This record gives sequence, structure tokens and C-alpha cells, in this order.
Amino acid sequence: MTKYIRRAAALCALLLLALLVNATRVQVFQSRVYDDNPANRRPEIARWGRPRGDIMVEGRPVTGSKDTGEQLRYERTYRDGPLYAPVTGFASQVYGTTFLEHARDSVLDGSDPLLSFLPLWNDIARDQNAGGEVVTTLQEAAQRAAYLGLGARRGAVAALEPATGRVLALVSRPSYDPGVLSGNGREVAEAWARLNGDASRPMLNRAVRQTYPPGSTFKVVTAAAALDAGVITDVDAPTRSPAPYTLPGTTTSLSNEVEGCENASLRYAFEWSCNTVFAKLGVDVGLGAMTDTARAFGFNDPGLRIPFSVAPSSFDTEMDRAQLALSSIGQYDTRATPLQMALVTAAVANGGSVRSPYLVERTTTASGRTVATSGAHTLRQAMTPATARHLRDLMRGVVEYGTGANAALRHATVGGKTGTAQHGIGNSGTPFAWFIGWAQSDDALEPGVAVAVVVEDAEAERGEISGGGDAAPIAREVMRAVLRNTD
Amino acid sequence: MTTKAGTTLAADPSDPSPPAVRLLRRRGVEFTLTVVAVLLSVYGYCAVGLAKNGTVPPGATDYGAGLGVLALLAHLVVRLRAPYADPLPLPIAVLLNGLGLVLINRLDLETPADQAAPAQLNWSTLGVALFITVVALLRDHRVLQRYAYVSVVAALALLALPILFPPVNGARIWVRISGFSIQPGEFAKVLLALFFASYLAANRNALAYAGRQIWRFKRLQLPTGRVLGPIVTIWLLSVGVLVLERDLGTSLLFFGLFVIMLYVATGRTGWIAVGLLLACVGAVAVGWLEPHVHSRVEDWLHPFASIEAGQGPNQLVQSLFAFAAGGPLGTGLGLGHSILIGFAVKSDFILATAGEELGLAGLAAIFLLYALLVERGYRTGLALRDPFGRLLATGLASIVALQVFVIAGGVTGLIPLTGMAMPFLAQGGSSVVTNWIIVALLIRLSDSARRQDDRGTLPQGPYDSAEGRGA
Repeated sequence: MTKYIRRAAALCALLLLALLVNATRVQVFQSRVYDDNPANRRPEIARWGRPRGDIMVEGRPVTGSKDTGEQLRYERTYRDGPLYAPVTGFASQVYGTTFLEHARDSVLDGSDPLLSFLPLWNDIARDQNAGGEVVTTLQEAAQRAAYLGLGARRGAVAALEPATGRVLALVSRPSYDPGVLSGNGREVAEAWARLNGDASRPMLNRAVRQTYPPGSTFKVVTAAAALDAGVITDVDAPTRSPAPYTLPGTTTSLSNEVEGCENASLRYAFEWSCNTVFAKLGVDVGLGAMTDTARAFGFNDPGLRIPFSVAPSSFDTEMDRAQLALSSIGQYDTRATPLQMALVTAAVANGGSVRSPYLVERTTTASGRTVATSGAHTLRQAMTPATARHLRDLMRGVVEYGTGANAALRHATVGGKTGTAQHGIGNSGTPFAWFIGWAQSDDALEPGVAVAVVVEDAEAERGEISGGGDAAPIAREVMRAVLRNTD
Repeated sequence: MTTKAGTTLAADPSDPSPPAVRLLRRRGVEFTLTVVAVLLSVYGYCAVGLAKNGTVPPGATDYGAGLGVLALLAHLVVRLRAPYADPLPLPIAVLLNGLGLVLINRLDLETPADQAAPAQLNWSTLGVALFITVVALLRDHRVLQRYAYVSVVAALALLALPILFPPVNGARIWVRISGFSIQPGEFAKVLLALFFASYLAANRNALAYAGRQIWRFKRLQLPTGRVLGPIVTIWLLSVGVLVLERDLGTSLLFFGLFVIMLYVATGRTGWIAVGLLLACVGAVAVGWLEPHVHSRVEDWLHPFASIEAGQGPNQLVQSLFAFAAGGPLGTGLGLGHSILIGFAVKSDFILATAGEELGLAGLAAIFLLYALLVERGYRTGLALRDPFGRLLATGLASIVALQVFVIAGGVTGLIPLTGMAMPFLAQGGSSVVTNWIIVALLIRLSDSARRQDDRGTLPQGPYDSAEGRGA
């Protein structure tokens, strides 16, 4: 019997050995297959198991984390959610992340390897870093001024520091509170459905993800092209342009909303926004030079990130001369985001060079050690410094004598350009009111702020709507806030 | 080798002096290891609290004291009534039971509405009480041989009992009386092993050597129906009842137990072949006809099918996720997410929590503890001289081994999943109590095995075979 007991024992040993071998297979050799299975909730539980790092505006967090005690433990909270929504985006346990929450997710959730002191240390120690912090370039006063300025109207504001490209304000209205999307309960699903079903599209980031016809504000680009190309050498000389202007190759004639545009000088045409002069200028400059200048300002660039992606602004590269004429006054197929138009005015304010815009000053660990910084760097030279000087002069005239008088500030030099963009089939829609501008404090060496404002549905009669009336006051308050803040 | 089989266990093999003179009792070793087992369990209990709340849990002293008192009482009764017993089974049982309590308590933290650890502690107390009763009252294991037929009737009755009660989660293996639920099939294990051991010990010669030879040149002989009949009937009855109740794990266990004990008793390899053949036929038939079994096999073959069908991961996949998440070293006690497995996480799937939080290292340690327990059982079987004792020790050890293999193999995807409790670890009162009785019997058997060398203490019984001393 002894022999058989030994054999039975050997069988049991074999069974236990099989268990060990199989456990090794599951836990070591095939663990990656199971870990990576999308149905495995562990990564998500780990992700929400620690509080996210915060997004900072001027040293104060605009986000927070709430311990819910649930399986997905920490929920995102927002201070002034609607105010900062176009910057922070949301961090939802169900619907993912957007904007900065998305673009700097690995820092905020602590998974970025840069957060550890030693590379691979966390893999060894099975440790997780606390979420890092994202310090933005925003100025709270400017953000607030833009938000309050837009009020209940649909529209957007983008403000930059011309010399660096730092984004000082990024506002879109109507807005929403990203906090309502944070958790994973039924009310989150309801909020999601409500926000997506809202005809006013509150989750649309109009400052960077919506393009509008830029209207007359695009005349800055056309003027820059004309000056750079030498089509205009003297801003005060008559331009030999008819009014009304018959679009080349067609019988359509283009007219102006103001008097005195026939053979007007560039200065007059700029200050009073003569369509005829700029349409003809664009045609005179030619498609090649116009597209080159537009591209140098940042049009047709699908790769712009601040660090989240910005919808590309477009200037058509294949047009006949009539289309080019319309494009040169910001109509036809020309489309721009408010951020793009802020870049245009910032380039003028900054001697012609376009600084790459950025929203994240630096990222740090939870304890404040800097992980990465964003530096200012030049994207392109949009025009010669001389042309930039001329344009600054012209833009100042718009505010001092022309359509942009509403943007004027005391103790500061302000340059600007108004725009009223027709849109819709047969231009039936309520026009968009634009204002782009820059401001330089009297005691400063260079302009401190460049801003672009678009108001979609100003509650004004169609005939009254204009960039100068609706958009310029908002721009003024934003510029005032920035200049005051800088003092 | 056989000449020394009885003596190698009795004393340290390196000890040159004759074992009969220098028989070591080893109670000090048992005491030390038991204390270590209690301390390890308390450490685990504290580790869970520290990981979850950052503080030593308030119940730590109560838990430690409770487990310590139980272990100490068990140790004392062994010291007094079975002084020559193997020193390993008790500390192993204490450690596994303590670890089980830690794991169940840890999972209780995730399910505040459903606390299982207090009940498990009560059942463990009952288990230890029965352990003490068995060790204290059962002076000679051979007494049990007299109750072979009583125990088989009791086993069948217990097995049949749940048919009268409604099924729970597809299996009809529970008896619920006023909120109290037990699995009678668990107790039937021991009773059936007792019967098999007794019957086979009495009839092994008839089974091995008499009967018709069906294959002339091989030694495959069918015993006469008169000898084989009763035992096959009992076995078929028990397995049949279990199939009716859809208790796959236990029917697998009974089948394995029967084949192993028959093989050990008769030494006929042919029995293994016949057994496997029957098993295959039975398994295919059941797998074909029984949708419950069929789906288990499907789950085993295609664990990700439910995910691909958009129904989310099933329990088996969640269990595999847990094991995989543990990796070689585990996440640490209290830091895993095996709760995702769902309702059976504290019972059938308790090993997944161990696998995730203690890792492969912890799992290997647990398997080795079971292996050690099984090995001590087999050693006792080898050391004993009476066929009944040998068969009983072998059977009990095999029960432990088969239980571990069936459930651990199931939750790690090695074999199709069948419900079964991990001995001592899993939530389940009947299982804990039964396994404590198994350990008590092993203690008694090992005491007898070593005592028989201590001349005169255990008189040679009528069933003693010559094999123990080498034939």
C-alpha cells in the first residue's frame, strides 16, 4: 500500500504544481493582456483614486477635488466653473476630459513620469505621484472683464500678451459649469444630455474652436500684405480705387457703409473701414502675396496648440479675383477664430512677429517643484517691423478718430479695428460684431495686451450692429483690466 | 524504504539514535509556529486597516485575542490528548483560517451592508470547538471503523437534504433554517471518506485479488459484484445526488476521492483507467445535457466572450483581472479591487483577493501551506500501520488537495469553474467546520502513527498490516 500512497501523493503534488504554474502564467506572463483589457476597471479606479492636481490662475486654484467615498473616489470640483470652462474644460468620470484637463491630464492625474524624482521609481515602488499642478498664464481680472462684458450675449474673447504670446483671457459665452459633469451618477448623464441638447451650445469653446468670418478686422492682414508688397508706399496717398467697386470679372458691385471712400488714402480707408479700397488692394496684391501674409499671421495652420488644439483659421489659396476681393475684406471663405484675430493684432503690437500663444506657464509637482515651463518663442515674422509701425499708427487712428472710439482708454494708447461680418445665406444672419485691438500703457515701452472680441448675436437691430458699438467696449474693459493688473 | 516508513516520521531523520527511545513530542515547535501564525494574521489585520484608513483598526486586539485564545485552546488539547501528534497541521490551519478572516474582513470594508467576518469568526470558533471535541474524545481512530455504515447513511441523508430546499444561485446545496444556512455536503465529505476507508480496508484483498480476469496478460481484474457493488452504489448515489443539486465541485471531489482511495487500497492501475473513462463519459454527458455545466465550460474556453458580446466581464474574467493586477508581489493588503468580482468574492473567489493583494508570492505561500498540510496527511498515512488508518489519512489529505485544486484551478482559469470553498480561507461555515474536523482527525491519526512506535501505548490491532514494518 505504501507504494500507492506515495503515487497518490505524487499526483497531489502534480496538481499543486499545475496550480502554481498556471498562477504564474496568469500573474506574470499574461498579466499585461488582462491589465490592458478595456473591460478591466482598475486603471479607472486608480485614476480617480487620488485627488487630481489643480489648475492655477494667478496663484489660486480654480479646480478642486471632492472625496465621494465611492469606488471612483475623487470627483472634480470647479471654482467659477463657467468663467474658466473654456480653459479648464471638464474632467468627467464618464465623459472623459477636455481642454487643459485633457491636454495636461497626465500631470494632473499624477501619471506623468516627469513628476517622479527618479525615472521608473514608481514602477518599482508601486507608488503613485500626487497629481501635479498646472499654472496658467490667465489674468483673473481680464478673464472676468471679458466674461462680464459679453454678459448674456453669445460670443468670445481672446487676449494675449503681444511680447510673449501668453494667453491672458479666454472666454466663451454662453458657458456652463464643468462641475456638473464630474461624477458618474444619473444627474451627470442628465446634465450631459441637457448641455448637448442646448441650442446655444454652451460647451462649444468659441474662442478657439469656432471660426467666424473676420469681416473688416481682416483688413489688418490685407493692409500688411499691401504695405509689405509695396503696393502701398504712403499711407496717406490716394489709392485710386473706385466706389462702388465692381468685382473683377463680374457685374457685382461692392459698396461702402461710409462716405468718402473713392480714392481714399489707406489711412482713411482703414479708419472708416472702406470695403471698396481693401477689396481692390487685395486684388492688387495678388493671391500669392495675400496667402503668404495670411499664413504668416497663422491662417491655414492646423497644428496650433496652446496646449489644446485650436481650430485652424482659413484663408483660401485657390480663388478667382472676385473671390480674392471679397476674401480681402474678411468675407467669402475667410474664417478665423477669436484667438487667431488676437494673434493678428498682437503681431502688429509686437513689431510684426507672431509669438506662439500659450496658456500654460509651467507645470509643477504637488509640492511645487517645476516640471516643465513654457517659454515665449516666435512663430513667424508676419510683416516687416516698418509695416507693423505703420499698422500701429493706422489702428491707433481707428480708436482716436474712426469706428473704434469706444475702445479708447485714459492713460494708454489704444489701437484697434472694428468689424461687422455678414454671414448666412444671402447674408441673412445677424452679423457678427468684431473688435480687435491692442493697448499700451503710457508709461510702458510696448503694448501690454492684444485682444479680439466677437459678439454673435448682439441684441441690436441689424443696421445698428457694429464692432465699434458692441465689441469695442468689451475689448476696452479687458485691456483696462490687463493694464491695471500689470501696473 | 518501506522498512523505515514508520520511523522517518517519528524522529528527525538526521537523528542517529533509535526513534523508539528518543521519540520527540515537538509540542514546543507547534506552540511556536501557532504563535507565529496568530501574529502573522494580526499583522495582516493591521495592514488592511493601515492601508485603508491609515490607522491600526480598533478591532485588532479583539481579533488577535480571539484567534489567539482559539489557537491556544486547540494547542492545549493537542498537548494533553495527542502529545505525539504532527506539529504542523494545527499552525497551518490557524494561519489559513486567520488569513481567511483577514481577507473576509478586508472585503467587508467594501460592503458595509454585508458583514461576513463576524459570522466566519463564530463558525471558526465552532470549528475549533469541534476540533477540541474530536481530539479530546476520540482516543483511537480505529473506533471510527465501527461507524462506517452509520456514516454512509448520514452522508447520503445530508447530501439529499438540500433537495428539499430552494436553489441558491443555481445550485441546490444549501439548507436554510431561520436565517441560518449550512451546506450539508461539506460534512458528507468526511463521512464518505470514513466509509470508503473502512469498507476498502475490510475488503481490499477481495477487491485486489478476487474476481474475473478480463484481460489475461494485464492485471486488470474485475472484482465480484458482491464486493464492488455496495461501494460503487454509494459512490454513484452521492455523485448522482450532487449532479441533481448542480454541485459540480463536490461531485468532482467525491469522484477523485473515490478513485484515489480505491487505487491506494487495491493498487490496481486499471481502476484509475476505468475511473477516468467513467469520468470522461460522465463529464461529456453532463456538460452536454446540463446547461449550468455547459455555460461553465463555455466560460472557461472563452472567458472574454461576454465582453465581446457587450455584456461586460463575467466573474471568471474579473477574477483573472484580479490575479493579473496582483502580479508577482501583489498590490498590498487592502489595496486591491477584487470587490469587482461581485457576489461570490468572499466565498468561491476568495483566492482572487489573495492573488491580487499578496501577489504570486503570497499565492505560492498559500499553495505551499496547503501542500504541506496534504503532505503531512500522506506521511501520516505512510506511517500508520493499520489499513483503515492509512486509507483514512490518505483520504482526508486527498480531500484537502482536491478541494484546493478544484477551486483554485477554477478561479485561475486552469479548469472549468465549479463551486467549492477554499479550505479555511473562504467564507462558509460548513466548510470551515468540516476542515477543522479533518485537521482534528489528521492530528489524531498522526498521534497514533507516532505513538505506535512508543512501545505498548497503542496495542497492535486486528487490522494491522505487516506492510508498515516491511513485508
